[in-house]
Amino acid sequence: MSTSAGATGEALAPRELTLRIWRGDAKGGGLVDYTVEAQDGEVVLDVVHRVQATLAGDLAVRWNCKAGKCGSCSAELDGRPRLMCLARLSTFERGVPIVITPLRTFPVIRDLVTDVSFNYRKAEQVPAFQPSADQPVAPFRMAQVDVERSQEMRKCIECWLCQDTCHVIRDHDDNKPAFSGPRFFARYAELDMHPNDGLDRRRLMQEERGLGLCNITKCCTEVCPEGIKITDNAIIPMKERVVDVCYDPVRLLRRRRARG
Amino acid sequence: MSASHERRSYDVVVIGAGGSGLRAAIAAHEAGARTAVVCKSLLGKAHTVMAEGGIAAAMGNLYPEDNWKVHFRDTMRGGKLLNHWRMAELHAKEAPERVWELESWGALFDRTADGLISQRDFGGHRYARLAHVGDRTGLEMIRTLQQRTVSLGIDVLMECTVTDLLRDGDRIAGAFAYWRESGRFVVLEAPAVVLATGGIGKSWKVTSNSWEYTGDGHALALRAGAALLNMEFVQFHPTGMVWPPSVRGILVTESVRGDGGVLRNSEGRRFMFDYIPEFFKAETADSEAEADRWYDDKRNNRRPPELLPRDEVARAINNEIKEGRGSPHGGVFLDIASRRSPDYVRKRLPSMYHQFKELAEVDITAEPMEIGPTCHYVMGGVEVDPDTAASRVPGLYAAGEVAGGMHGANRLGGNSLGDLLVFGKRAGEAAAAHASALGSARPAVADAEVDAAALGALAPFDTEGGENPYSIHHELQEAMQDLVGIIRREHEMQIALKTIHDLSERSKTVSVEGNRQYNPGWNLALDLRNMLLVSEAVALAALERKESRGGHTRDDYPMTDHDFWGKRNVIVEQLPDGGLGIRHQPLPEPPPELAELLEGDH
Repeated sequence: MSTSAGATGEALAPRELTLRIWRGDAKGGGLVDYTVEAQDGEVVLDVVHRVQATLAGDLAVRWNCKAGKCGSCSAELDGRPRLMCLARLSTFERGVPIVITPLRTFPVIRDLVTDVSFNYRKAEQVPAFQPSADQPVAPFRMAQVDVERSQEMRKCIECWLCQDTCHVIRDHDDNKPAFSGPRFFARYAELDMHPNDGLDRRRLMQEERGLGLCNITKCCTEVCPEGIKITDNAIIPMKERVVDVCYDPVRLLRRRRARG
Repeated sequence: MSASHERRSYDVVVIGAGGSGLRAAIAAHEAGARTAVVCKSLLGKAHTVMAEGGIAAAMGNLYPEDNWKVHFRDTMRGGKLLNHWRMAELHAKEAPERVWELESWGALFDRTADGLISQRDFGGHRYARLAHVGDRTGLEMIRTLQQRTVSLGIDVLMECTVTDLLRDGDRIAGAFAYWRESGRFVVLEAPAVVLATGGIGKSWKVTSNSWEYTGDGHALALRAGAALLNMEFVQFHPTGMVWPPSVRGILVTESVRGDGGVLRNSEGRRFMFDYIPEFFKAETADSEAEADRWYDDKRNNRRPPELLPRDEVARAINNEIKEGRGSPHGGVFLDIASRRSPDYVRKRLPSMYHQFKELAEVDITAEPMEIGPTCHYVMGGVEVDPDTAASRVPGLYAAGEVAGGMHGANRLGGNSLGDLLVFGKRAGEAAAAHASALGSARPAVADAEVDAAALGALAPFDTEGGENPYSIHHELQEAMQDLVGIIRREHEMQIALKTIHDLSERSKTVSVEGNRQYNPGWNLALDLRNMLLVSEAVALAALERKESRGGHTRDDYPMTDHDFWGKRNVIVEQLPDGGLGIRHQPLPEPPPELAELLEGDH
């Protein structure tokens, strides 16, 4: 059988690499250069750890799984929101420092760690799954084809990169109270598409969670490390579905009459 | 001094927000207890999120002949009969209910053709039994529990690390913690604490575990007076990535083998056929043809040897590599490309496909993976009462990986997620009942204990020019990897113990730079104490058990000794002088109706 396996054959020679890392806290800070040994098989997070272990023991950074499954090590690499554990050194231009800055949309706590509590507040506002009257008690019967659309959304690892890149809040702090952001539009869509959920959250999405503020530039989809088609498979379908409850002329008329 | 710390008061404090912690918190909350969950990372990032394969539960959706008795038998035999029979019984009986409960909270498992929860094959399980979502079951589980926790309004103290348990006499009175964000201290007053801190793998160099896995719960329990059970049993998962170096140890799910993948050496041989132990001969295929037929017809064929319990497979791989039949980077080959279509692989193993593509530039639908053993799980843990998860310290409970007994000498894949749910729920309920039964006779937190905990936590800032915590951690990992790894020898473990003692001494003069605000160097210095204490417990227990069984292989005692060691647990506990003591304790024997299930071929 074949033993050749892509990048696995050749030896990886160590080389010097400079990371230009933002250091500081809420009061301010700046970029600091750290030069350490690195090799092509490594990812940016490996080198950040080396900086931490040898040059800056107090360098603040979040991480957990180091395999793209937990969504902890989000940062901006050369200005682009990415997971540091999936950013292979071989994909960066050699000899050029890699610039690592914290997520810009959220307030800095220290170094690469930001205050992402915005997202946890938005999560608290999501009305939970509620089984339908048809099948109130598990085990449920649901077809694979019917659960798959929601399963795509449930791949989300909550790295907050989509929230970070979304220009509705990235450049407009004042939108934050009225806008849940792409991660939570995906969550609402997932519940809406759940074959056995019995709650209608469409009006809530439109009127209180800011779905209408999204103008589908697809930036969220582009940065998603899980490849979830947030715009096409969550936001656009939800925009279509809220029309039924919010803008249906017959219903509008009925509501007006009801209000008298 | 202690008056200045933030104080919060609860009925139940759960330490850890993985599967068992969240399930415990939900149970305690539903029982009416004021409950808080404390976790070192953000909510949803705990180790459970990395679990891949599935939740073993005998729902019988694909094989109606499956039931709790078969699951019980598989679990006990996989654990080399050293499991606490009552835990294995409760787990096998209650796991299906816990899975359906997740479904009723919104979890979306993969489905069978008739719309039920699909179940997948895994090592050591007689029937396809694992409820799963592709190969990201842990993510589904933690997200479901997290969303449930949030919707119930349970307090979650994120990025908050517990450094000490506080006691009133011998009873639990609360916990002492610091916020990572600010470095400020918080005293959590609570008469009941549930340890749900997971494992200890960060003390080994090649591990699938994250930075959080520093044995905090094991160490907190030891220091609070609880006993640790069978700490010598450490699971090395057979399939971790080996190349490139940066990903060494990252888990490759057992589902690859469950879904048809096979192990081959450099000669292309399916070597697992050479390593079928007597204990499993009757239930394991002895030809490739039979093994291959098993995937479609389990009634008339026996399981492929690639799906033997993890300890057997890890030892076999280790031996192939040692004897020179390994892959170029010191592993062996795991091949699903030549056995299943690219579509099937991408559909069943999307996360593995992604992981190898992104991290190793290997397309697993076209080429074999290179894999080798990686430190994954500790079977040993806090000794608990099976029904309530109570330790011997009043008010202290333990559930999930930090608890011992459930998995015996070796855990079957898929039995961890079920363990978290079954015993998380039981621990939360029992903790809530304990708190409520106390009425007004609650233990009190003494200022002196709080002051001592604060002083201890700040010690690394008092030393200048001392040891670097990262270096000590690195040396500990090297020692545990080389000297208390898969294959163990007496003189090596003695060297390990000496090394651990030296490192413990050096760690007293560890110094950290910067301030208390989100300082990983300081955080590591505090975690290091737990890692050193727990590593010593593992080395002591491993030195003590003079036989080979499950996740404990002695080169100098290669046989399994049923008459002596098969009837006893090894207990490690803290002695009055602060050192660790070791003693034997009889293994509880199952009642005759359960013992009967363990005999015979099936």
